[in-house]
Amino acid sequence: MRKPRLFALAAAGLAAVLSFNTSAAQKNSFDVCWTIYAGWMPWEYGAAKGIVDKWAKKYGIEIKVTQLNDYVESINQYTAGQFDGCTMTNMDALTIPAAGGVDSTALIIGDFSNGNDGVVVKGEGKTLADLKDMPINLVELSVSHYLLARALERADLSEKDVQVVNTSDADIAAAFNTAEVQAVTTWNPMLAEIKAKPGTSLVFDSSKVPGEIMDMMVVNTRTLEDNPALGKALTGAWFEIVALMHAGNAESAAALEHMAKASGTDLAGYQAQLAATRLFQSPADALSFVTSPKLPATMDKVANFSFRHGLLGEGAKDASAVGMSFAKDVVTGDKGNVKLRFDPTYVQLAADGKL
Amino acid sequence: MRLINRQPDRAGRLILILLPFALLLLAYFTGSAARLTENPNDKLLPSAAQMMDAVERLAFTEDKRSGDYLFWQDTASSLKRLGLGLSIAALLGLALGIAAGTLPLFGAPLSPLLTVLSMIPPLAILPVLFIVFGLGELSKVMLIVIGIAPCIARDLEQRAREIPRELLIKAQTLGANTWTLILRVVLPQLMPRLLISLRLVLGSAWLFLIAAEAIASTDGLGYRIFLVRRYLAMDVILPYVVWITLLAWLMDLGLRQLTRLAFPWYEGAKA
Repeated sequence: MRKPRLFALAAAGLAAVLSFNTSAAQKNSFDVCWTIYAGWMPWEYGAAKGIVDKWAKKYGIEIKVTQLNDYVESINQYTAGQFDGCTMTNMDALTIPAAGGVDSTALIIGDFSNGNDGVVVKGEGKTLADLKDMPINLVELSVSHYLLARALERADLSEKDVQVVNTSDADIAAAFNTAEVQAVTTWNPMLAEIKAKPGTSLVFDSSKVPGEIMDMMVVNTRTLEDNPALGKALTGAWFEIVALMHAGNAESAAALEHMAKASGTDLAGYQAQLAATRLFQSPADALSFVTSPKLPATMDKVANFSFRHGLLGEGAKDASAVGMSFAKDVVTGDKGNVKLRFDPTYVQLAADGKL
Repeated sequence: MRLINRQPDRAGRLILILLPFALLLLAYFTGSAARLTENPNDKLLPSAAQMMDAVERLAFTEDKRSGDYLFWQDTASSLKRLGLGLSIAALLGLALGIAAGTLPLFGAPLSPLLTVLSMIPPLAILPVLFIVFGLGELSKVMLIVIGIAPCIARDLEQRAREIPRELLIKAQTLGANTWTLILRVVLPQLMPRLLISLRLVLGSAWLFLIAAEAIASTDGLGYRIFLVRRYLAMDVILPYVVWITLLAWLMDLGLRQLTRLAFPWYEGAKA
């Protein structure tokens, strides 16, 4: 019989081909990804102007910064192990990599949304209460969905009182022009475009829940532990770029102009988006946010929302299924399954001027 | 013996049919096992047990929030949209195909128009379709119709032109007017071809359905896939893909059987 032997050989060959290389170790070249968003444009600038390279060289490593076009896909790629770090919001960091068992560290919380996300209703003078029984178009299970849930809480409504219609972020601005769409929840730059249309009311935005929607650079915890140089180089580069943006001189004007162009808008448009983004200007500023006791409380809200919507995975019995660690040894949720870490070590180094 | 003359015997053929599928499954589950030993919570390549759990949860357990069985509800909504889209496209394609293929006065303006229309990728003009047809059920059905009706029409136009001239002349010598000619000669010739044409565009119809459901929706197979993609729930996506494949294959099989049963005289039905 020749067939079974052939089969066994084929099987063995396939198994060899498919042995995945996911183990982290000491290495000196790293890949990080980012997507277009007001608070992440500094990464583009740092990559284009060699600031990331400069810091990587200082610590004897290489960092490749890649822009991806699809936000969710970028997080999926990071979760699958294609990137060592990626930009994402706090909620997506919890529900995608962390819930997927990829131990992740929020290396830098760059900013929080302070008006960059909002709920818009057609018609003038509308209020939150008008949302009752309305269909609301948004990217389901995203931070928009979270923002809507917080908005409905304020109006003593629940998700049962509205009808959520899943609409992709790429199509939401066009969708707003159709007759069926009465209300949307979205983020910038789509929010700015929709808000600017006549006869609309912004009934809620993220400035009413400050500090709850954070934009972060998340890196693989194991890679970071084995290679602290990655954390130092990224943190150093980040605060250099942010400081440059706020220097108020000709160089900062040029930097802002560059970022505006790269994000597909003009300087005025980009500055309007930045105005709704609470970008931490100094390491000390970022440090006080990440070490404040408010952060665990916020993440607790996010974990509860995520659990109620089934985002923590099938094994999750309650909102504490995925453990999270914070500054000052605070741990919430399952202590045996800590997968999301808000680690201020590197920001502390930056604040102490030790980078 | 030369390789070209070697025929697999009955048992050998069965093994050869199953082998590629077995290899694919083996490759998948080897990869899955490797990733799951590394990280038991890995979502990228779920194990068979994880997928069974997801199916159990979606198909046989009431949803916590709405009390529906999501899997069956998704299937019903999608099949309704697909059925409507295919029926409208089939009727439209048949009418346009016959008009363009048998009546030169209609063919002159219709034929080039259909050629150009069938070249427009419907997904590229989605924002325009939203404005014209809205975001509701209508736009989802229309995307399927716009996507496949021109292809069906062009195919049937060609087949109508291939009907032997002699046949049409003979019918006319027997006293048939244009209307009876279309009804009694052209239509019966084209009906089996319509079923074959439908089988060929089935893949595109599913593609447009999934695309439409990804854009703005509250249920449907495509909706669910794009929704859970948000948190990388491959344990849900993979069974849905298998289910869609099975449904598409069953529809193809059904259309083939229908062609055989309804038009046993049509040789092309063997295709």
